[in-house]
Amino acid sequence: MTLTLHDATFALLALLTLGAALGVVLARNIVHSAFLLVLTFLGVAGLFLTLDAGFLGLVQVLVYGGAISVLVVFAVMLLMSEQAGQTNPPGASRFTRWAGGVGAVALALALGAAVCTTAWEPGSGPRPEAVAELARLMLGDYVVPFEAAAVLLLLAVVGAIILAKGEDGR
Amino acid sequence: MIGISHYLLVATALFAIGAFGVVAKRNAIAILMSIELMLNAVNINFVAIDRYLAPGGALGQLFAVFVIAVAAAEVSVGLALVISIYRQRRSVNLDDFNLLKW
Repeated sequence: MTLTLHDATFALLALLTLGAALGVVLARNIVHSAFLLVLTFLGVAGLFLTLDAGFLGLVQVLVYGGAISVLVVFAVMLLMSEQAGQTNPPGASRFTRWAGGVGAVALALALGAAVCTTAWEPGSGPRPEAVAELARLMLGDYVVPFEAAAVLLLLAVVGAIILAKGEDGR
Repeated sequence: MIGISHYLLVATALFAIGAFGVVAKRNAIAILMSIELMLNAVNINFVAIDRYLAPGGALGQLFAVFVIAVAAAEVSVGLALVISIYRQRRSVNLDDFNLLKW
């Protein structure tokens, strides 16, 4: 059993991603959560790169690492009113905390068991150039969902502006 | 040797962490962050299955692109809602949002 560079990269990225994700949900300071969230997004982008999905990795860095992170950090800065250390407390009742923890562990065990017991059959065949293939799919067979996504983004932006503006435009 | 199951296990763990955050946190922004974690886990699944089980096309990557687009729309509207309700209640804790309770 040899450890290839791909395996080592995967292990490092997986540790980084999961560690940062744990930090997001466990941190008491919402600013720490926000910056660990950026680290998680970049770790996921690295995982995409190890999966030969370079275009998607770059999209992940741009959209998640750039746009969504800035949006989240912006909202955090705008809405922080209390002591920074108390901005991201765990749930008020002990029941929801334990229910969340036990439920999440049970979910992970069930899905993990399903992943481990399934016999995955690796596909074969030549891998096409990913960007060309994506472009062919997006502007060919899947052009209607593509346009629907465009309309959805436009509506979301307009809706976000209206919601954040307030009813009398203050 | 790293295979598909390792990627799926990482995605499973990431999804479970996100689910824990959704249930166990109080801050509305933290819950939005946890939802983003879960969406990222799903994207890892799409891309890993595309890479290992169906290498002939890029359909999994296409769906991941759609998920990213929908996630961007969701987080922008979600944060606008949080900002809007913060004006009313001066708080982002979900426990304080009990306007609809009788």
